[in-house]
Amino acid sequence: MTTEQVKVLAVVAALVAIIVIVPNANSFVILLFTRALVFAILVMSLDLLLGFTGLASLGQAAYLGVGAYLTAILATRYQIGLGYDFWLVIVLGAIGGAVLAAVFGLLAIRATGVYFLMITLALGQCVWGLAYRWNSLTGGDNGINLRVRPRFGINLANEVTFFYLVVGFFAVSLAAMYVLVRSPFGRSLTGIRERELRMRILGYNTWLHKYIAFIIAGAFGGLSGVLWAHTAGIVSPENLVLTTSVDALLMTVLGGAGTLVGGVIGSFIVFGLREYLSTVVPWWQYVLGGVYVLTILYLPTGLMGIPARIRQRRARSKEATEERKLASVPP
Amino acid sequence: MRHSSRRALASMLLVGGLALAMGTGAAAQGQELRIGYVAPTTGIFAQQGKDMVDGFQFYLDEVKNDFGGAKVQFIVEDEQGKPDTAVTKAKKLILQDKIQILVGGLLATTGYALAPVSTADKTVYVVPIAAADDLTQRDLSKYPYMVRTGWSSSQPSHPFGQWACEQGYKKIVTIGADYAFGHEVVGGFQRAFEACGGQIIQKIWPPLGAQDFGPFIPTIRQDADAIFSLMVGPMSLRFPKQLAASGNKKPVIGGGTSYDEFVLPSMGDEVIGHISALQYSAALDTPLNAEFVKRYRAKYGKVPSYYSESNYTTAQMIHKVIADNKGQFPGPEEFVKRLAALKIDTIRGPVSIDEMRNPVQNIYIKKVEKKKMFGYDKDELWNTVIKTYPNVNQFGQFKKDEFLAMPVYSRDIPPCKYCQ
Repeated sequence: MTTEQVKVLAVVAALVAIIVIVPNANSFVILLFTRALVFAILVMSLDLLLGFTGLASLGQAAYLGVGAYLTAILATRYQIGLGYDFWLVIVLGAIGGAVLAAVFGLLAIRATGVYFLMITLALGQCVWGLAYRWNSLTGGDNGINLRVRPRFGINLANEVTFFYLVVGFFAVSLAAMYVLVRSPFGRSLTGIRERELRMRILGYNTWLHKYIAFIIAGAFGGLSGVLWAHTAGIVSPENLVLTTSVDALLMTVLGGAGTLVGGVIGSFIVFGLREYLSTVVPWWQYVLGGVYVLTILYLPTGLMGIPARIRQRRARSKEATEERKLASVPP
Repeated sequence: MRHSSRRALASMLLVGGLALAMGTGAAAQGQELRIGYVAPTTGIFAQQGKDMVDGFQFYLDEVKNDFGGAKVQFIVEDEQGKPDTAVTKAKKLILQDKIQILVGGLLATTGYALAPVSTADKTVYVVPIAAADDLTQRDLSKYPYMVRTGWSSSQPSHPFGQWACEQGYKKIVTIGADYAFGHEVVGGFQRAFEACGGQIIQKIWPPLGAQDFGPFIPTIRQDADAIFSLMVGPMSLRFPKQLAASGNKKPVIGGGTSYDEFVLPSMGDEVIGHISALQYSAALDTPLNAEFVKRYRAKYGKVPSYYSESNYTTAQMIHKVIADNKGQFPGPEEFVKRLAALKIDTIRGPVSIDEMRNPVQNIYIKKVEKKKMFGYDKDELWNTVIKTYPNVNQFGQFKKDEFLAMPVYSRDIPPCKYCQ
């Protein structure tokens, strides 16, 4: 087996472990894992931009918002998406995210670095503003309540059933993005991340590559939004605020950008601290803050970078002992 | 290869460990009443959240957690000011802690988020603060397990509008935080004021959390007799300051949260003479309230805000229902029925619950004055009650059916007929 195969196997094993263990835990744990997995789809979509293309986007919450509001509006106004047409809404949500990304991409992709960050931030805030002010459509700051979950043969109101559905979507998204980043297209994205100028000289249309990556990330963002709406049962501008985008960015960095799985681990850790630890101790914020600070200080490559760092250190200490041995040998 | 499999092992351990750590639930039996409480104890609303929890806890401490034989287990969860976190935490309380009564929620949007949870999980939800009108109006039928013990946003505004007419004001400009709560407080005032012959000639909506009112204050029309403000949180501090600095000579009146005791101690003398309406004032001159203020202040070092009072009273009401049932929780349907039938003397005055499960209570018109009160030796700002409207329900002077036929107050409802 190659290293890559082992990695894939490890991820599959972890997923299987989640599927086997979590449904036997209590309902709150199931709910937490459901939330973390849905959000993880958004985090992975961001990783596609940040980790593989080198674009730090601060507006990723906008795509989650589009998917979520689309779901909520269709369900409460037109009763669409509560039966088998749930799958239609899934597709529409992804398309919604993609279309929004296609529009925003035209404005944002031309910029790089901090400027890209600022533009995506501004565009994300525009969507938030719309959700907040367009009372007749979005319910303003009260948001929209989804009273029932879809029911088609299976009843998604059951938390365990819904959990399985979310795991399914998560696994498919992870697999799709994994295939994508390992495809020639994904490789050229990595090339752009490393050195865009060289890629351009080699004849790649780097703008188009980045644009397409941006749209794909938007589509996955929209998908996570549809699931998020049904997980929480409420969609409000609070889902679209800057902190949601920042959370996604921090989770990516915490787990390790450019690894896909890193963002998932980041999402689990943040949700675990913010929503589980906060039920246990009142000083959970210090732990969360500490984790962020320590990661950035000591693990710039994120948690997924730990094995590599250990390997490095061991190699270095081995070298050192060998040097010492050599030095202790009398001439 | 070796390292990768170690990575695999580590990630599996992590997942398993998390699941195990989270798996330990709490189980409890016996003569116990489990009350779950959600409030923002971190984030930008943490101060209000603290007042809420303190108010409830203060009552529990006074009765030593004993509700007529039932031992109260009070579990507080942090909703962080986010509606979907509130939902998660409420589910934790219901599913894991097996609470019988859910209490709390600060923002209207949190109230809207928690009410469906109570319906879905058939758990009682008592609403002490979240004031969104429609919870107990047009959406009531969706939430059979919910009772409000606080107030609806426009409830104090209805008598207040009438009071404004009685003062001889003809034209008023409103300036209110641009979100649902602001729309409802201002909307209620406009409707009542125009029903008795007044005119709202301009409605200004600064965004929620506005720092600088510079762009708004100069646009206030000069032909207005008074200014009606609805501010929340830090906005309440900034607006009167900036208004005074602009040389305003008009009388200023406002919604309850503009001058609530939550902000009042931090305000300057510029607010003296400003008038507002709410169901509670810490300066309410009754023996019951005087005692409450002194005890609360001795313990927490501050005058109780309506956030504290409302939660203290909510605890008292739950106590009454449980104590009348010999310390037994009567089941959710029966509990809601009994709580909704309650008539009780509280710190804020007599309270009963109407058939749409919103309190009927006194509304106090309050004037900010600098004076000594309750034997404290320093001059302080107090919300002196200058007029009491007894037993006001959520529809005020309007007929219930007509009221409910109208859409909920919003930015443009009622429409501004006299605006130019």
